[in-house]
Amino acid sequence: MDNDPNIIAFCCHYCAFTAADLAGTMRQQYPTNIRIVRVPCSGKVDVNMILQAFVEGADGVMVGACEPGGCHFIQGNLRAKKRVDYAKELLKEVGVNPDRLEMYYIAASQGPLFAQTSREFTERIKQLNAGQVETDVVPQEAVGEPA
Amino acid sequence: MIVAERKPFEEIYAHAQKHKKILLMGCGTCVTVCMAGGEKEVGILASQIRLAARERGDDITIEEHTITRQCDDEFFDEATARKVAEADAVISMGCGVGVQFCAERFPDAVVYPALNTKFYGATIEAGVWSERCAGCGECIVDQFGGICPIARCSKSLLNGPCGGSSDGKCEVDPDNIECAWQLIYDRMEKLGRLEELEDSKPLKDWAKHRDGGPRKVTREDVQL
Amino acid sequence: MSEAIAVTELTPKSDSRLERILNAGHFAVTGELGPPKSADVEIIKTKAGYLKGAVDAVNITDNQTAIVRMSSIAAGLLAMKEGLEPVIQITCRDRNRLAIQADVLGAYALGVRNILCLTGDHQCFGNHPTSKNVFDMDSIQLVAMLKQMRDDKTFACGDAIRNTKKQPVVEPRIFIGAAANPFGDPFAFRVMRLAKKAKAGADFIQTQCIYDMDRFKQWMEQVRNKGLHERVYILAGITPLKSVRMAEYMRDNVAGLTVPDPLIERLKNAEDPKEEGQKIAIEQIHEIKEVPGVSGVHIMAIEAEKTVAGLVEKAGLLPRPE
Repeated sequence: MDNDPNIIAFCCHYCAFTAADLAGTMRQQYPTNIRIVRVPCSGKVDVNMILQAFVEGADGVMVGACEPGGCHFIQGNLRAKKRVDYAKELLKEVGVNPDRLEMYYIAASQGPLFAQTSREFTERIKQLNAGQVETDVVPQEAVGEPA
Repeated sequence: MIVAERKPFEEIYAHAQKHKKILLMGCGTCVTVCMAGGEKEVGILASQIRLAARERGDDITIEEHTITRQCDDEFFDEATARKVAEADAVISMGCGVGVQFCAERFPDAVVYPALNTKFYGATIEAGVWSERCAGCGECIVDQFGGICPIARCSKSLLNGPCGGSSDGKCEVDPDNIECAWQLIYDRMEKLGRLEELEDSKPLKDWAKHRDGGPRKVTREDVQL
Repeated sequence: MSEAIAVTELTPKSDSRLERILNAGHFAVTGELGPPKSADVEIIKTKAGYLKGAVDAVNITDNQTAIVRMSSIAAGLLAMKEGLEPVIQITCRDRNRLAIQADVLGAYALGVRNILCLTGDHQCFGNHPTSKNVFDMDSIQLVAMLKQMRDDKTFACGDAIRNTKKQPVVEPRIFIGAAANPFGDPFAFRVMRLAKKAKAGADFIQTQCIYDMDRFKQWMEQVRNKGLHERVYILAGITPLKSVRMAEYMRDNVAGLTVPDPLIERLKNAEDPKEEGQKIAIEQIHEIKEVPGVSGVHIMAIEAEKTVAGLVEKAGLLPRPE
């Protein structure tokens, strides 16, 4: 069985998406598993948007946001964080591993960080798909640490 | 408004599992405001049921449909009636009134509640709703500076406080319940009406409350 | 021994021995007996045995802390059989006005003469937290209802307390008590609440147990300023401490109760904390006797009824008057 996960990355226009763009310009490789959905702000992402991504076949969902204090819309990223946490609980309720959802703070200039985070998250999802992990796979020293 | 909370997922799923085609019906009034059963919450619950069905290998189709209010017949329109007829079961995300009204309106349908209805309350801040009224049938909040001792005192005392008032908190749940009588006292003091509390309030007529039996209000001037 | 200030109206309202002793100007002593969490009669007999002769009347608690125990009236009758005069306690938590009035008629018919009116701990604290509570009324309305039964000779609904129009009025002539908490919140409400209870018809008051003497005396001063000590008999509550843990527990967990540090220190430094607790209690009783306006002491020796007689003796309060 091929382990080629579908991963949706909701990226805010001002930070994470710009970083993704920059990664491209800098020729930083990141897996094609990542499909980016640009949103004006991570605060646009609501709970059902995340759940529906899973319903429609996503194996993993990333939310890329500005760092706390750096959100173009002031608090959008803080609201997104709360919703991501809530969505994790809802996923747990239905038996979907909450580690398939993660939020990352990625500033506009951090092209390499975007690429690295994408690679690590893809790896995490691959391992979850293969049934190789029970809980948290993100290595502690990773630069792209979850929010 | 009426404040309710969604039931635990497993409880709802246990009902959903028994059927193939479910109509998940939301309500656009009170439960939308308290974020328990509005259109958004219908969407979330539908997604959850779909994910759970996939995980467990159950075959369940969900149709999502939210109407303005489930406590008024006019909103159970033809389109809604059709959807109810086409479904194997209805899971209503309305409050206790809405679920029952839905079941009354569609006596042949199987209707399950998705919410636990809690109280009449208000939005204190985003995400926090608090009980304010017990529907006692005889409002006398003016006697207490606008604070209802029936709904807000854990013991519904009319001549409170009791010995369990400490630091303005109710001993039943000091983290979450303020002592209503501390609030009443403070308010009446501010209003310069403290002496009104010196006279004992008489026994309450509970017959006006649910204790007198289920209640009905009629307005003959508007009956057709 | 200071003279208890006699109330202006000395015509007895009931046949209560406690009332008689207070009216005569004696410094009264009441105790407490917790009924068993079973139908065990022997437990009551034993506890009653400890208290007999040491107290003028004994409170029989009513599902205290919302934990089910033998009913106050039943246990009170058993205590009466052992020669004690009971003070039946009625809370508002478990009974509505019908049940309470019925119980009062029954209790009186069986010889009960004293009833203490309480609001009652919320059921969440007890062993049946999922039960429905009643709270048809509060303690003040309960006092007023008993007074109406005794003095107006009518039920709460206004009906005369007579079986038929031809049969006699036989009202329950009860000596009515209520509780007071000198340390409860809100602060300024404390004396107002006592005034409400007096106005509603309370004859005697028992306070929560006192450790902070100074604050108690401050409260008594406010009470005297309002003349309340002349309208109700005030019995000060005493609970002997048994250990440092008990003192700390009461300080940290009982709403409104303060236990001054010096007392806890004494217990810590004592060789026998139980003995020291008794000593403290005796000193407190002596101190209370000197506070003007206090008519007696209410000893709540929780699960330590054995110690009460010794305590009362060492406080110089034996023998009890007839």
